[in-house]
Amino acid sequence: MTAPLRYAYYPGCSLHSTAREYDTSTRAVARALGLSLEEVPDWTCCGASSAHVTDPFLGFALPARTLAQASDMGLDLVAPCAACYGRLVAARAEAGRHPDFVKRFERATGRRPAFSGRILNVIELFAEPAVAATLKERVKRPLEGLKVAPYYGCLLVRPPKVTGFDDPERPVAMDRLLESLGATPVDFAFKTECCGASLGISRKELVVELAGRILRAAKRAGAEAVAVVCPLCHTNLDGRQEAAAASHGEPLGLPVYYVTELVGLALGLEPAALGLGKHLTDALGLLRQKKLA
Amino acid sequence: MKRVGVFLCWCGSNIAGTVDVGKVAAEVRKLPGVVHVEENKYTCSEPGQASIIKAIKEHRLERVVVASCSPRLHEPTFRRAVESAGLNPYYFEMANIREQCSWIHPDKETATAKAFDLVRMAVAKALRNEALSRGTITIEKKALVIGGGIAGIQAALDIADAGQKVVLVEREPSIGGRMSQLDKTFPTLDCSQCILTPKMVEAAKHPNITLYTWSEVEKVEGYIGNFTVTIRKKARGVDETLCTGCGVCQTKCPTKVPSEFEAGMGTRKAIYTPFPQAVPNKPVIDRANCTYYKTGKCRVCERFCEAKAIRLDQEDTLVTERVGAIVMATGFDLFDVSRYGEYGYGVYPDVITSLQYERLVNASGPTEGKVKRPSDHEIPKSVAFILCVGSRDEQKGTTYCSRACCMYSIKHAMQYRDKVKDGRAFVFYMDIRTPGKAYEEFYKRAAVDYGVEFIRGRPAKVYQVGDKLVVKAEDTLLGRQVEVEVDMVVLAPAMTPRRDAAKVAQVLSVSYDGYGFLNEAHPKLRPVETNTAGIFLAGACQGPKDIPDTVAQASAAAAKVVALLAKDQMETEPMVARVNEALCSGCLWCKPVCPYKAIDAKTVTEKVHGKVVSRQVATVNAGLCHGCGACTVACRDGAMNLSGFTNEQLLASVDELLGWVRPACSAD
Repeated sequence: MTAPLRYAYYPGCSLHSTAREYDTSTRAVARALGLSLEEVPDWTCCGASSAHVTDPFLGFALPARTLAQASDMGLDLVAPCAACYGRLVAARAEAGRHPDFVKRFERATGRRPAFSGRILNVIELFAEPAVAATLKERVKRPLEGLKVAPYYGCLLVRPPKVTGFDDPERPVAMDRLLESLGATPVDFAFKTECCGASLGISRKELVVELAGRILRAAKRAGAEAVAVVCPLCHTNLDGRQEAAAASHGEPLGLPVYYVTELVGLALGLEPAALGLGKHLTDALGLLRQKKLA
Repeated sequence: MKRVGVFLCWCGSNIAGTVDVGKVAAEVRKLPGVVHVEENKYTCSEPGQASIIKAIKEHRLERVVVASCSPRLHEPTFRRAVESAGLNPYYFEMANIREQCSWIHPDKETATAKAFDLVRMAVAKALRNEALSRGTITIEKKALVIGGGIAGIQAALDIADAGQKVVLVEREPSIGGRMSQLDKTFPTLDCSQCILTPKMVEAAKHPNITLYTWSEVEKVEGYIGNFTVTIRKKARGVDETLCTGCGVCQTKCPTKVPSEFEAGMGTRKAIYTPFPQAVPNKPVIDRANCTYYKTGKCRVCERFCEAKAIRLDQEDTLVTERVGAIVMATGFDLFDVSRYGEYGYGVYPDVITSLQYERLVNASGPTEGKVKRPSDHEIPKSVAFILCVGSRDEQKGTTYCSRACCMYSIKHAMQYRDKVKDGRAFVFYMDIRTPGKAYEEFYKRAAVDYGVEFIRGRPAKVYQVGDKLVVKAEDTLLGRQVEVEVDMVVLAPAMTPRRDAAKVAQVLSVSYDGYGFLNEAHPKLRPVETNTAGIFLAGACQGPKDIPDTVAQASAAAAKVVALLAKDQMETEPMVARVNEALCSGCLWCKPVCPYKAIDAKTVTEKVHGKVVSRQVATVNAGLCHGCGACTVACRDGAMNLSGFTNEQLLASVDELLGWVRPACSAD
């Protein structure tokens, strides 16, 4: 038995609250794959989006502090939430680029904003050679016949110079992951269109429209479900789906899964263990119909 | 000590406005060796030059310093003046107190102090200047033109018409280049092939032009007036002297591959001429795709060739030509538009490039001039033309404007409206740039007479809905987002240098910019010359260009070549590197740093303690040397020295500036 692969784990606020099922499913999948996810001690909120729109320094300093905490662990860092991931890589880029920021950060916190490990989003985690090999081995219930639209959103791929992840206009990494689970990824043109993000609070009708466009494009392309990696994308696509369907008089009925939930299903985990009952748009009916749950 | 005269120029207020020339003159008078100082409002003027000549005679001057502008401008003027007064022209020295002083410093006091520093450095150097004499080289009366597009054809014809021999080398099976792929040309809408093919035929028939197609320049050695060029004639697989161009081999050949000439919109055979009007009208065999070369079987072309011209065992041959001048006319490639993932080129079949569209509207193209979209061969009822795909985009493409795309895209939209009366044409642009004769009028006609719809905004995305494509953009004039549903999208790619431009430039020692476009010697005053003497530029290898500009530049390059070849011999600059063989250790560190490949090894035989020994030393080919001085810096032994800029002269300048007095014994 080889020692478990260890990663530092940054859940961020959403995974402790509104996106609890993302956290649950990530941890469950990690266990099933023999990965040890070790939560960064005393982490701070990444600041998205309120910090960086009010005070640029605070916007970088909050995630930089988490990086400083993680740096003591000597491990690569996994951040499932796309927004957290985006803020962490942005903070690291800022520290590398602006000595003034580093000085001010050191004065404010007494710590160096240094992190020499890699910062991974979940797609990257599953693409790690050792993890991908184990995953391939342990898929018990291939998601055969399940047509899933991979929705990347804005933050996983942008800004490309900072994230350096996949093609910013036509990413394919999640498509590849879904294939490895036995599902059929559905190519659609709205993979990286904005869902409206936090405007859901201040301008609800706008988000209903934007989320509706993404869902309609996925459905038109033949998808039966959507896969996401961002709690806010999930909130908008899952939670506003009924309003979006009503606004255009066009039924949608597309379950929106965190990609970790789909990995868990393929690994043979029970839907309850993945938090699938917590969705607003029914996530279980389709699975039963496909005999996947 | 030599008697030095110093002439300080005001250059009107260019210098005198910032430098107190009178004060500098007063200081310069105190310098050792200076026997005469004079101020002139314009030293370069005829009275200014006359005053130099007069002073040389009256004051028996042995060295002359002029403090004025950059030596790039007036050094030759003053050298001539000095020479006409009976002095060796290389006794002259110039201090640049304009570009390097008055123009760049706002403060008069510091500028004046700096001007004095520059002048006394020049005086210190002038005192050590030596008499140099120019050599002569003979000129081979023949030119090489690389590239048989419109630029190369025009340059070759102009040189040939002036009575000089030309070798025209084209790497494709036919001459004609990009222009032969185009349908109509803006702003007159005349047929591209119709105006090009007469020139192609003339180039092939001209008694002064030797044409090598399906050939590449492999090696260039030598220098201005005396280049030796090695040309690889790729095996055609066809005996050109026997082939009648009947075309039966192409009809019978069983292998179809996408045609480069049709930009992938049509097919060709493995044995092919790229297009019907090809010059020469002799096919080549594409060995990478030919069944015979892959499996050893087939030989259908051979069987059907009545002239018995097929030569499947033909091999490449190397030809050597000696030429006096070279014109680079290597043309351009197109930016790979699939790098814009958001536009879906390569994903959506009805997103095509402008060059593909040219083939679609071309009467001899794959659709015989009918605008049919690739996916279902239906006539599109609406087309969007997207400009600047790769141009003017620091994020993903190039920073420059490709100059021709606005005009040809407007032309495309007009042609579409002409052919599809009920169709709508949308042009998405950032700016419409029409800086040519009758160009703006052409644009107006498109908008007013042809009803082309212009939308200012760079599209964010193209996506498919059913069998339609939706172009999403911000209309920056309306200040709102628009989504336009069309049947086909045409992307205007940036013009880029040939993929192997940098390699070719290195073969010829021509400098190139960050993108790989070849550099002209001066952006305004020497636009068709390169920094390598005897090599000239024509067309888009120097930067994006449309046809009128390309032809103008080609004729300009030809004029330069003709002027050079009209002479039997030419003078060479004596300011070249020379080797002190006694000091040279033969390490040849100087060889790799020489950008002009002017340095080689040679063996010298000498007597040491009564024994005859041979050893290696460096030698400089004065014809190739440009006097850049790189070798003198690399030389560890101090054996390499640059005439006119010797170590002694430069150190004297520096010592003067720093106020050092160098002990006589270390002045090596």
